[in-house]
Amino acid sequence: MMSQLERQLTAGTFTVTAEVAPPKGTNVAAVLDLAESLQGVAAVNVTDNQGANMRLSALALAGLLQKNGVEPVLQVTCRDRNRMALQSDLLGAAAFGIRNLLLLSGDHSRFGDHPDAKPVFDLDSVQLLEMTAELMMGRNMAGKALDGTPQFFPGAAVNPVVEPFELMFQKVRKKVESGARFFQTQAVFDREGLTRFMQEMAPLEVPVLVGVLLIRSAKMAHFLNDHIPGVQVPAPVVARLEAAADPLAEGVAIARDVVAWARESCQGVHLMTLGYEDRIPEILAD
Amino acid sequence: MIISERKPLDELQEAVAPYQNFFLIGCGACATVCKSGGEEEVFQMQEWLIEQGKAVTGSMVIDEACHLLRAGRDLRHHKLAVQEADALIVLACGGGVQSISSQTEQRVIGALNSIFLGNVRRFGQYEERCSLCGECILNETAGICPVTTCAKGLLNGPCGGMEDGHCEVDAELECAWHLIYERLKQQKRPGVFARRVPPKAWSKRRKPGRHKL
Ligand code: SF4
Ligand code: SF4
Repeated sequence: MMSQLERQLTAGTFTVTAEVAPPKGTNVAAVLDLAESLQGVAAVNVTDNQGANMRLSALALAGLLQKNGVEPVLQVTCRDRNRMALQSDLLGAAAFGIRNLLLLSGDHSRFGDHPDAKPVFDLDSVQLLEMTAELMMGRNMAGKALDGTPQFFPGAAVNPVVEPFELMFQKVRKKVESGARFFQTQAVFDREGLTRFMQEMAPLEVPVLVGVLLIRSAKMAHFLNDHIPGVQVPAPVVARLEAAADPLAEGVAIARDVVAWARESCQGVHLMTLGYEDRIPEILAD
Repeated sequence: MIISERKPLDELQEAVAPYQNFFLIGCGACATVCKSGGEEEVFQMQEWLIEQGKAVTGSMVIDEACHLLRAGRDLRHHKLAVQEADALIVLACGGGVQSISSQTEQRVIGALNSIFLGNVRRFGQYEERCSLCGECILNETAGICPVTTCAKGLLNGPCGGMEDGHCEVDAELECAWHLIYERLKQQKRPGVFARRVPPKAWSKRRKPGRHKL
């Protein structure tokens, strides 16, 4: 059976995903409620120790969401687990009925709350995709037959507006060759950059959900630029936030712009609203 | 060579506290070059111990402290001074410390932290270029090691954190994959970009390593 995400993307419907983070502790009630309250969303990403900050296991939260009837996209990074643990977790995810995966390298542990942790990176994101494809063919990485074959809808991430473009894009190609069925992108603020990326993507015929980040203030924009790998808020956008009387409303307007570009050239959007999920209907409104 | 640096003095102070008499051992190879365990540093250690009210029964700098049998032989040459000591202080890499500790029943105190296998840019400036992975990929990567110089050791191109060719982990450093890309482009060959690189065989880097010719 296809996941809702796969069904929508296959049907060519403009598709929306959102994301939630597991709690730093065992209180899952709030995040389960939040996920359930999200409207117009095909699936909800569950982040995996995002920013290298230790939190409840993404697999556990995704399993709970699945049980509650909210379709998850399980994010899996290579930072904290070697190839054996990754394979075990993916089989576990399949046992929970989880289909959608977002397979990532992961942020380096140096910037998180456990800078002394040993970064694993036994696999990279391309190899993680290949391993997933292998599992879906009923074999593990050692070539041994599985007792029960998982079915997944594997996706990958990309920072579409980056230089050198060609260097980034060779990896996109590798990800597609390794079984990526959809992409969710880093936050995008640059229309021309997005257009260029989508032109290159067209022949690959893999759907792209554009990352839309709700920035609530100019201060947050500066923080993103200084501290978050792969996120660059361009100066004109920062200026818009600085000049705004109501920066949050301006952030919503900026997000709406990106959604509009996505409607023109992409297959959907991935919303990162960081606590302002109540603004999602406004961001998506035509 | 093996890059090492002296342990913090408060840690050393704690390590030497229970003892009074020390025999000091330096290394004439890497630790001499990176000025952590040569003649001069052995002498400084001696001065520091005396300041602490301790005594030094003798000292030596072994040609290569990592040479197990030579370390044993040199220890025997200084038998009396070694026996008079309550503990031996070794200013060498972790390998050197273990050459000594495997050749004597006496208490051995390592005075250095070993950091990495380093290339020398100029004196006092070292760079890690190889992490001895057992399966060298340099011929495909235009002589730039992604296993070591990419902060995540990725094998199939840059992560999403690369910004303008710089590394997400340290913006002062160029992204290893950017360097590999530029160099291969200059050499007009696809190199490692021509294929999907499979996961590393870490079994090639067995721990503990053993090698026999
Ligand atoms: S690939 Fe890198 S770490 Fe491995 S042997 Fe070659 S230079 Fe050393
Ligand atoms: S930016 Fe480049 S060097 Fe740094 S971790 Fe990512 S791929 Fe490796």
